[in-house]
Amino acid sequence: MTDKNKYRDKFPDKNPDGTNIIDLESHKFIKVWQGPQHPGITGNMSLELIVQGDEIMKCTTHVGYLHRGFEKLMERRTFIQCFPLVCRIAVPEPDFNEYCFAATIEELAGIKIPEAAEWMRTLLLEMARLTSFMMWMGGQTGAFGLGLPGQWLNYGRDLMLDRFEEISGGRIYHMHILPGGVRGLLPDGWEGRMEDTLKKLEGIMSDVNKTMFTNAVFKKRSVGLGYIDPTWVDKYGIVGPNARAAGIPKDVRKDYPYLKYSELDFDVITATDSDAYTRADLRRKEIHLSIDLIRQMMAKMPKSGEYMAKVPNVLHWKIPKGETYIRSECTRGEYGFYTVTDGSGFPRRINVRGPSYTHAVALMEKLAIDCNIADTAGLMVSLHTYPPEIER
Amino acid sequence: MKELLKDIKKRYDISMIVHQRPDEVFATVNKEEAVALITHLRDHEGFTHLVLLTAVDWLEDGKFQLTYLLNNDAKRNDLGLRVMIDREEATMESIHHLWEQAATYQRELKEMFGIDFPGSPRVNESFILEGWHDIPPYRRDFDTKKYSEETYFPRPGRVTHDPAEYMKKKLYPEE
Repeated sequence: MTDKNKYRDKFPDKNPDGTNIIDLESHKFIKVWQGPQHPGITGNMSLELIVQGDEIMKCTTHVGYLHRGFEKLMERRTFIQCFPLVCRIAVPEPDFNEYCFAATIEELAGIKIPEAAEWMRTLLLEMARLTSFMMWMGGQTGAFGLGLPGQWLNYGRDLMLDRFEEISGGRIYHMHILPGGVRGLLPDGWEGRMEDTLKKLEGIMSDVNKTMFTNAVFKKRSVGLGYIDPTWVDKYGIVGPNARAAGIPKDVRKDYPYLKYSELDFDVITATDSDAYTRADLRRKEIHLSIDLIRQMMAKMPKSGEYMAKVPNVLHWKIPKGETYIRSECTRGEYGFYTVTDGSGFPRRINVRGPSYTHAVALMEKLAIDCNIADTAGLMVSLHTYPPEIER
Repeated sequence: MKELLKDIKKRYDISMIVHQRPDEVFATVNKEEAVALITHLRDHEGFTHLVLLTAVDWLEDGKFQLTYLLNNDAKRNDLGLRVMIDREEATMESIHHLWEQAATYQRELKEMFGIDFPGSPRVNESFILEGWHDIPPYRRDFDTKKYSEETYFPRPGRVTHDPAEYMKKKLYPEE
């Protein structure tokens, strides 16, 4: 037991369930709001922190700052009209929304997509993962006061956005995946430019490895921060890199192979230490895995062929009554769409299952206790959460 | 999956089984038996991961459908349990003691659909909609368009033009 914990045991008093007893009137505690406008918060949400000295005694997550009611809006739109909406649920990686939504519709309508479209979708999803991880890594270093790797990584992300633009015409929202297939295959000479980009990204990652993972500041602040016990994984619904860093090999790409992942050669990356440093290191390895998978796909995928299945007139498209759930592995873990149809031209109900829902509320409120107030931002980012998923 | 369904059918009243995919089955269970069945599935059948908990509003039948989607990670299959509850008296037993994140789902359902889960932590606190006084907005009888027309109004100074006519007038006023 460290000295710090010796005194912490005595104060403050604890409730029978182990939570701290907070009496704001005693003037021993201060309430601090972190967010919604705060550089250390991922997106628009806020943490209500009750601190004693510089240690957090209680944390409450507040969301609702960007609620647009996506799920409700979709109930009033035809299936094709929902497409410009779904990609906005997770801004840095819209393709997972597009894929999950398209896949649920195709399953309920009984459409089989062509093989070239499956390869194209797999490629887009893996590119989105790579792009999103690069942005995340910049955020993680920024949360600990290291600005430089973020600049390099954002340059790398921008190169990836150029490749996206060549395929789909859009940089942030691609809308390349449509029900029935994709909007097109790879343009001429794209593979060569992608290979150049991947080489550049590997160079950036080698620099980031030197400046981030061997940096004394980053190591001292992130090692031991936000420990997730492997037994919490099912109890709190933890998925993705957060679960894999705790040694639980949960990866939808391997466990429930969708699209062409069963034809690609890769292993699930796991780690054991389960703190912020391990999670960052695991995501670094995920970036290299994504680069490898993109190379494998470019070698294997067909360069021409049918890429769109025949679908009915989308303006009068009625889908038979049914319900289904389709999952995919996004950067944060299991991402799924639960779609219910009632035989009309509109979806009856669409529910988006985002990993942030469990990570940013129940888990964050637990992990923040006894954490230093300066480390909250780093802890928050290390869970990798996007608020739009919580308040779809 | 078929053996599991056969086994639980002996003890629980489940109906309307739909094999959506070989690894995904949906079934309806009685409101009274639902939490007992979910607890049984979690503790004895390996369905340890609560994927999602959500509601579907069947306005014309006067029912809410609660969907508990459970995942068995060892056997790689999903079981979606539907529970039909009355729309007028929308209350359901809470499952916050089984999964920590369930309280968040139930808090959202209380706010968005008005389904009560007595005993669930902070279920009556507003989650997303602070200071909301209308009917719960995710119910089918809540009209978003009507609400926005009544609540918000066009800002003064905004004029709508026909684009073709406006550009013609601006670029070629003589013609």
